Amino acid sequence: MKNNLASAFRLTLALLVLCCGVYPALVWGAAQLAPGQGQGVQVSHKGRVVGFDNVGQKFDRPEYFNSRPSAVDYRADGSGGSNKGPSNPAYLAEVHTRVGAFLQQNPTLNPGQVPVEMVTASGSGLDPHLSPAGAYAQVERIARLRGLPAARVKAVVDAHVQEPIFVMLGPSKVNVLQLNLALDSLSLAGK
Amino acid sequence: MFSELLGIAVIFGATVLLAIPLGRYLATVYRGDQSWSDFLAPLERLLFRAGGIDASRGMRWQQHLVALLTINLVWFLFAILVLCTQGSLPLNPDANPSMAPDLAFNTAISFLVNCNLQHYSGESGLSYLSQVVVIMFLQFVSAATGMAACVVVFNALKEGSAEKLGNFYDYFVKSLTRVLLPISLLVALVLVSQGTPMTFAGKQPLITLQGDTTAVSRGPVAAMVAIKELGTNGGGFFGANSAHPLENPTYLTNMVENFALVLIPIAMVFALGFYLRRRKLSYMVFGVMTAGFFLLLVPTVYYEMQGNPAIARMGADMSLGAMEGKEIRLGAAASAYWGITNTIISCGSVNSMHDSHMPISGMSEMLGMMTNAFYGGVGVGLLNFFVFVIIAVFISGLMVGRTPELLGKKIEAREMKIALLVALLHPLLILAGTALAAHLYVSNPTEYAGWLANPGYHGFSEMLYEFTSSAANNGSGFEGLGDNTPFWNISTGVVLLLSRYLPIIGPVAIAGLLARKKYTPESAGTLRVDTATFGLMVFFVIWIIAALAFFPALALGPLAEHFSLY
Repeated sequence: MKNNLASAFRLTLALLVLCCGVYPALVWGAAQLAPGQGQGVQVSHKGRVVGFDNVGQKFDRPEYFNSRPSAVDYRADGSGGSNKGPSNPAYLAEVHTRVGAFLQQNPTLNPGQVPVEMVTASGSGLDPHLSPAGAYAQVERIARLRGLPAARVKAVVDAHVQEPIFVMLGPSKVNVLQLNLALDSLSLAGK
Repeated sequence: MFSELLGIAVIFGATVLLAIPLGRYLATVYRGDQSWSDFLAPLERLLFRAGGIDASRGMRWQQHLVALLTINLVWFLFAILVLCTQGSLPLNPDANPSMAPDLAFNTAISFLVNCNLQHYSGESGLSYLSQVVVIMFLQFVSAATGMAACVVVFNALKEGSAEKLGNFYDYFVKSLTRVLLPISLLVALVLVSQGTPMTFAGKQPLITLQGDTTAVSRGPVAAMVAIKELGTNGGGFFGANSAHPLENPTYLTNMVENFALVLIPIAMVFALGFYLRRRKLSYMVFGVMTAGFFLLLVPTVYYEMQGNPAIARMGADMSLGAMEGKEIRLGAAASAYWGITNTIISCGSVNSMHDSHMPISGMSEMLGMMTNAFYGGVGVGLLNFFVFVIIAVFISGLMVGRTPELLGKKIEAREMKIALLVALLHPLLILAGTALAAHLYVSNPTEYAGWLANPGYHGFSEMLYEFTSSAANNGSGFEGLGDNTPFWNISTGVVLLLSRYLPIIGPVAIAGLLARKKYTPESAGTLRVDTATFGLMVFFVIWIIAALAFFPALALGPLAEHFSLY
């Protein structure tokens, strides 16, 4: 037992060096060559950092493509989902309100066409994406508020749809921050 | 929709295809035969010398257990110490506080037992030092512990009789140097290439495009996420685990992470066949496990892709599926596949919030943890399966009127008692724990109002899930449960300890007893365990013991909720 304890203690120290020193150092070194140098991929606009490519941010102003509801209000230092169960009456009432509000903001849509991601919160609360349908559903509203032709706003979405990886694996999506940056430059060019 | 289904088919196919050669490699390494990775032998010798260990000394089963439990105790004390003082230790750029003792107790145990019950949130609850030297360290060594224990059982199933079952330290260290560290490095490289952070800088404050102020948490994420999946621990760097867009930034990283967590559990099954030179035996085990897996996977994928009928009635387009608690880049199918793989394998990481899954999906996830033997955690999954095999051998032996034998060794009363104790401990801990919690809640709903995020059937499911997850050493949760309270920290901590070590001690003890017995060569009268018939027998034993015991509890929770929705 005593021998075991000394061995256990010494082996633990040696493994700490290997698993918590050498291994992370190797990964850290490799990250220096990766996009964002391991700091996370940042997005700059007019000389200031406006966000991270992969981290969703809040867009609730009507002239932007809105991002999904978030249980943590897009606080990127405290991720989390709503953890609401599928039959929770208070939760279902909240979703009902969101459906109504989305239809009101985007009156050209018919009931039954509200993209589900626009009325449900993501798992991380930081979902950076919408489905293509979620973006297209907002085109008319944005075109109207920004005084742009709907076709040009739609073309911006078209250009930002990311197809499934390797052409056929996984869902299609649109990065909301990239989309809204493109939208802002379109508005600027339009003026 | 097709691309989402194809995505999960490709993940599963790739996992099985690579698990077979990995299984062969594992058998070679544990046998001590020549392999391409022998260039690591000097590193291992260095580790053994540092520990003052003679790795060539054979150990009896009792010595294995003493070595295993002693080193685990050292890790436990070390983990508690760091967690309770992290606030004043270095590598804490976000100035996170030290943990309260009950939370530190729960967290240390949770990671020690290769679980990842997290009653804290990574962004605000841990310093980078704790993330690396406590969480990540335990993710490596607890996985290697499980693998080493599994090899001890392999040794006992060899032909002939033996007292000595190899050397614990040898298996343990080789699991790290030859398997876990190299593969983790590869996975971590994929993650950093896709934008997962690997930095010691603190969180970055910024002003968003529309003008809100926020701060983005970062850290040494990539190194930890790789072993979190590969070692089937599952403990996330961030609160949202692999749903977090920095922890799991793309569909590709999702495929790689999901692949990594299923890889070794399946490879261990094939390693069994290669190690004992009984390939058919591993086909039987793999067949039973895969049948159980698909039985749980299919309904979950179906219900998650269908979406919530209550929301459909409000006028939402449900073609994406049930998106509450899910990420767009991953989608409903990959979230369902992840949910089931992480619960049948006691990994417990999440890429969507299980609390918001549809009731049948939540039930399938719980059943995955209740059976806990369909692939199962690194090493320990096969140990759980071994217990069910012992029971099945005994029952079949009685049915055909022959002495129950497993690979030429008689199964007698002592082995059966141990096997049944281990098998019945699991439902006992889950059901008694849930009953206690439900009793407390009902007797004083105002005092415990913070526990449940959802009323009714679903609230009961939240408590049932928490104890199931603890007893399976899984660690995922119906996270709406307000579980950072002394009651939950201590009760689940105790359940975690019992349900980790007894299911290791039991099978290793059985293995030790079997190994000593006289070996009877196979004859026409032997019950063959590598046949489909016996596989079917094991399958039913698992369902009868594991699933039926839980049926009443499941009827009160997820089943009742399902019928209230549909």
